[in-house]
Amino acid sequence: VHALVQGIILGVLTAGVYALMASGQSLIFGVMRVVNMAQGAMVILGAYLSYQLFASLGIDPFLALPITTAVMFGVGVGVQLLFLRPLRADDRSQLSVLATFAVALLIEGVMTVIWNTTDRSINTGYANASWTVFGYQITLVRLWAFLLSLVALGLLYLILNRTRFGRAVRASVQNPESARLLGVEADRVAAFGYGLGTATAAAAGSVYGMLYPFNPGSHYDLISRLLSIVLLGGLGSIGGAVVGALVISVSSAVVAAAVSPIWSQMTFFVVLLLVLVIRPRGLFGTTVRGGI
Amino acid sequence: MSGGRALGPARAIVFFGVLAALPSFDLAHWAMNMLVFTLMFAVMSSAWNLLGGFAGYPSLGHVAFFGIGAYAEVLWFAHHPISSGYEPFWLLPLVGIGVGLVGLPIAALAMRTRADVFAIVTITLLFVVQTLAFNLRGVTGGAQGASIAAAPFPAATYERPFYYVLTVLLAFAMGLTWLGMRSKVGLSLAAVRADEDKAAGIGVRVQTVKLLAFCVSVGLTGMVGAVWAYYEGFIYPQFAVDPLITVAIVLMTFLGGRATLWGPVIGAFILELAQQYLAYSLGGSKFYLIAYALVFLVVIVALPRGIVPSIQDRLRQRRRRRVVDAR
Repeated sequence: VHALVQGIILGVLTAGVYALMASGQSLIFGVMRVVNMAQGAMVILGAYLSYQLFASLGIDPFLALPITTAVMFGVGVGVQLLFLRPLRADDRSQLSVLATFAVALLIEGVMTVIWNTTDRSINTGYANASWTVFGYQITLVRLWAFLLSLVALGLLYLILNRTRFGRAVRASVQNPESARLLGVEADRVAAFGYGLGTATAAAAGSVYGMLYPFNPGSHYDLISRLLSIVLLGGLGSIGGAVVGALVISVSSAVVAAAVSPIWSQMTFFVVLLLVLVIRPRGLFGTTVRGGI
Repeated sequence: MSGGRALGPARAIVFFGVLAALPSFDLAHWAMNMLVFTLMFAVMSSAWNLLGGFAGYPSLGHVAFFGIGAYAEVLWFAHHPISSGYEPFWLLPLVGIGVGLVGLPIAALAMRTRADVFAIVTITLLFVVQTLAFNLRGVTGGAQGASIAAAPFPAATYERPFYYVLTVLLAFAMGLTWLGMRSKVGLSLAAVRADEDKAAGIGVRVQTVKLLAFCVSVGLTGMVGAVWAYYEGFIYPQFAVDPLITVAIVLMTFLGGRATLWGPVIGAFILELAQQYLAYSLGGSKFYLIAYALVFLVVIVALPRGIVPSIQDRLRQRRRRRVVDAR
């Protein structure tokens, strides 16, 4: 039982990071109808950025967040302008899957050239500090990571609900044509939306880098998990992404504790399978035009 | 199109004639090796095209079936002695049928979703199979890999049997495509691609044709996996189920032109040769991946319809102009 409860605690704390990555993914899908295969690579790129800032300038990854998110926002906008905007409209959903996959490979290639393929990890002074509460271990980094993810999710919520840009985004999600008629510039919203989703990935990446070792190929692992989470929550729903992350993260932590760590990866897919059988739209999915 | 009908068989005869004659020029080993891989990709792109091109279901998980085929071949001969070097090839039809059958329930499940979501579901399938290949150590040997006895062909012409078998497979895949394009199945698939709900509404047997396309497509892919495993001798999970293979197949089909007979083959010949050249001249993995990704992006952004449809358009326009001039 002890191991199980420990597993659940770990799962909940880890869920924060996944929720952050997945909410960016969901936002991008919501705004642009683009399944973003590059999200995992963006997370890893964010992790490398904060690794580099920490290694060469000694900036704490938590404090470096404004820098990494700003840089990655720029990267996201650039990718959208260069590679996604020119896609032909009538085939966009298929082509964008491939285009973003290519972007992921491009980022992987760039990261390989700059940082090699060896595993890196961000080892802050407090990396191994932990508290013991009622006999259960809570690593400080994980707790901080969890809190930071909550803050970032809160920020994302505020941006979407309290700013002009957020209103424009939500309007384009709900009804692109009416939004355009009312003067929302779809192109600009799409670029900003992709940038925002990428910035979210960067924030998640700095946290991820402190929790796990990573290398340029780590994004395959991440993207498969992310896609399972987003499909479980329902494409385009940010709340769904959070719930999906919680469900999947806790269940895989429990499997790791109760069965074996090598099978915890499979939990993602089993959950996804169940979703497909029982409710293909996902938990909170609205009916997606042309999607499901 | 009308002029193409007479040209079609002639084109095929010339193409396969050249393919059959190539080995007798005593090409160097690296050239034969390159051709073997090019043929593998030509078969797989043609197979992918049946599903992703004609039916409009863009699978990103085909390499999962490639891996299943590869492991099926290796595991079969781990328990059965090989009497002659050609015996592993006789297993191919069985591998194809077996992999197709494995694909059936998967297709029934995954094809509840469409377009981009289908792409996601199939890519997770890829990771499921990869994880299984790593974790089921008792069966697959896990990360240590599995092996099959090396083929006892003379070293000087080692590649030839593989080359010819793959040429036959390519002819088979293209023949199926050709038949499909000319039959009711092809029409049904086109209807599914255009609007599945409407197609079902007017009585197209949507479920049957799309499951058929999936099973045939993955069956062919599995057969290539089996040939690959025999050719390599040693297989490891990360190479047998490599996401890059999936990407290459899809990219080749897009480059050549989806839902065309020759598109995937042309795409495979251009890209695989370019890829081998890039890998050779850029020295392994470092800049190679960047170059590859850039080629990929250029194809998607600049040539989303592919080479064959673009050329067909150009020809059609010219013909139309000629008709106008004649008046």
